[in-house]
Amino acid sequence: MSQEQINRAIAKDYKAGFTTDIESDTLPPGLTEDTIRFISEKKNEPEWLLEWRLRAFQVWRDMAGPDWAHVNYPEVDFQRISYYSQPKSMEDRPKSLDEVDPELLATYEKLGIPLHERESLAGVAVDVVFDSVSVATTFREKLAEAGVLFCSISEAVQQYPDLVRKHLGSVVPRKDNFYAALNSAVFSDGSFVYIPKGVRCPMELSTYFRINEANTGQFERTLIIADEGSHVSYLEGCTAPMRDENQLHAAVVELVALNDAEIKYSTVQNWYPGDAEGKGGIYNFVTKRGLAHTNAKISWTQVETGSAVTWKYPSCILRGDNSVGEFYSVALTNNLQQADTGTKMIHLGKNTRSTIVSKGISAGHSSNAYRGLVRVGPTAKGARNYTQCDSLLIGDQCAAHTFPYIESKNPTGIIEHEATTSKVSDDQLYLCQQRGLDPEKAVSMIVNGFCKEVFKELPMEFAVEAGKLLEVSLEGSVG
Amino acid sequence: MLSIKDLHAEVEAKNILKGLNLEIREGEVHAIMGPNGSGKSTLGHVLSGRPGYEITQGNVEFLGKDLLDLDTEERAHLGLFLAFQYPVEIPGVSNMEFLKASVDAVRESQGASAYDTVSFTRRAREACAAVDLDQGFLKRGVNEGFSGGEKKRNELMQMMLLEPRLCILDETDSGLDIDALQVVANGVNAMRSESRSFLLVTHYQRLLDYIEPDFVHVLAGGRIIKSGEKSLALELEAKGYSWLDEGKVA
Ligand SMILES: Nc1ncnc2c1ncn2[C@@H]1O[C@H](COP(=O)(O)OP(=O)(O)O)[C@@H](O)[C@H]1O
Ligand SMILES: [Mg+2]
Repeated sequence: MSQEQINRAIAKDYKAGFTTDIESDTLPPGLTEDTIRFISEKKNEPEWLLEWRLRAFQVWRDMAGPDWAHVNYPEVDFQRISYYSQPKSMEDRPKSLDEVDPELLATYEKLGIPLHERESLAGVAVDVVFDSVSVATTFREKLAEAGVLFCSISEAVQQYPDLVRKHLGSVVPRKDNFYAALNSAVFSDGSFVYIPKGVRCPMELSTYFRINEANTGQFERTLIIADEGSHVSYLEGCTAPMRDENQLHAAVVELVALNDAEIKYSTVQNWYPGDAEGKGGIYNFVTKRGLAHTNAKISWTQVETGSAVTWKYPSCILRGDNSVGEFYSVALTNNLQQADTGTKMIHLGKNTRSTIVSKGISAGHSSNAYRGLVRVGPTAKGARNYTQCDSLLIGDQCAAHTFPYIESKNPTGIIEHEATTSKVSDDQLYLCQQRGLDPEKAVSMIVNGFCKEVFKELPMEFAVEAGKLLEVSLEGSVG
Repeated sequence: MLSIKDLHAEVEAKNILKGLNLEIREGEVHAIMGPNGSGKSTLGHVLSGRPGYEITQGNVEFLGKDLLDLDTEERAHLGLFLAFQYPVEIPGVSNMEFLKASVDAVRESQGASAYDTVSFTRRAREACAAVDLDQGFLKRGVNEGFSGGEKKRNELMQMMLLEPRLCILDETDSGLDIDALQVVANGVNAMRSESRSFLLVTHYQRLLDYIEPDFVHVLAGGRIIKSGEKSLALELEAKGYSWLDEGKVA
């Protein structure tokens, strides 16, 4: 998928937001049971889902936010958030690009985003019309032929209630953590995917081509079910930095890989990180988890460059025998960004295997932490894990931390952990410059080399864009 | 081509070069010898523009330009090349990728078109063979896990592909066995031309058995204290540097 197609499709999302007829229904800030009833009613949800949300809300009220992550941010006042907000009205948006952070505009330019698309990405109040309908239609027809279900989760609740009811919360229970509970209570929208038995999804699924995309808002909920022997590759995110009026994002993603199924989930996340002082950046608190049944495989690949604060641990529960979990991650922080990210690999089945390759890059005054848990349960005979965790520092004002947790309850398990920390050294830069490369090109080449093992896990076009994205994200970090 | 006048330079507030003069014309090969710590590597770094070196006096003209006024990469674009005494590793970045990026950058700055991948790959393979490295080295990370001798040959390979105007080789011969030395010498000799000049920093006269220099200089105490022809190298080999001390003081 080309950058242009992605951009066009994103632009469409915004357009979709503008044309909804319930714009006037934005709820005032505050969170009570009534808020939840309102949301559920607006979405015309069945009774069981309302009950499910309310239960989540009760759980959430008794919980406290996590304080163990290596990040600092002002306390969030949950009563000051609006839980059913349509996109900002035209009046509240920037009137023109002149009112937008010039740094953001410069980034669009560097990424080669066409002029007329920058406005919609930056949330400027313009109604942009793009012709993405034909792309989407062909797309949908092809999927229907294969029997793949791909729609918004709100639509799935209406059309495939049994599937949703069976799997929603089965991987990330409502009481899992503070943000997951909150999301369960108030989730706005998100994606739903079902791949039937034995089907190999004929194309990469990407959020950008979901039809009738509603404004997914700050509490996105995604559910992907790969039935026995099926295969799917799902792409989330985009390299263009997106602004959002909602500062707090708390998404939940659940993956269910039934016997012999395979799910590959790739993310390129580039939420607005705020300006150089970190002002206005997104707080991204995400719970992502996959459940792998017998012989199934779940693979997470992520490239994280955005957000002011990132708190995210895509995980795998390897329940079935011989199931496989993978986590490949590049997390880059610059300026005042903070990231605490990693994974959990929970080995329950026999001969389960997991691989973790984490590459953290810190520049500027940023802080980048890897936090990973490998647990081998008593039943996980012959489980194996390999973890490689590398940090790269650019400059001497930034920080990298590694927090590996290992719990082994089965003596036959083999867990290997390797960690390195290196710096982009002045000598490396000098060598590159002596050979004719400017310092920014040199840094981006060194960083790309550092990330190679992860990039090769990304779908081809995404990998190229990810490389370019790192280059742009690192600008100003040398010199 | 290169004209160094009364060059004074310091590192970490320490005076290292103290009034160095040197004139290199097109096509010439100059050898610089001198005791350890006399400032030979410093001279190479000052010319190539390594950060941290402060020029306190003097000037350097290279191909009609004020060299000291240019950024490190701009000097490379002009055709100045330094083969490092201690080449650093860049893990994960393949030699091939690095070479292509370098050659592209230099050619772009000179207004030449970039080589297409096929013809560049062919050139890189040839250079690799010329320095007697296995083709597998093109795929490996830059200097990553290379032995000392392999690193030196890798420097030479870069030099061949970049086709510089002035090649500064900082002890490229140190630590090489006789076969490798021969490879380096052959590489340099093959590159010699009327428009390309060389500045060879070496400890050993044996390199000069293979590469015939036009001039030999002795660098001591941050200055060139004696210049001569090839025979000077033989004399130094026989007598060391101490007999020159008098000249240095004078
Ligand atoms: N980065 C540095 N900081 C401090 N002193 C340095 C540095 N680099 C070189 N020197 C000193 O400068 C002098 C000349 O070094 P160098 O040019 O490497 O000599 P040579 O190459 O002739 O052996 C030595 O005394 C060395 O210790
Ligand atoms: Mg030296």
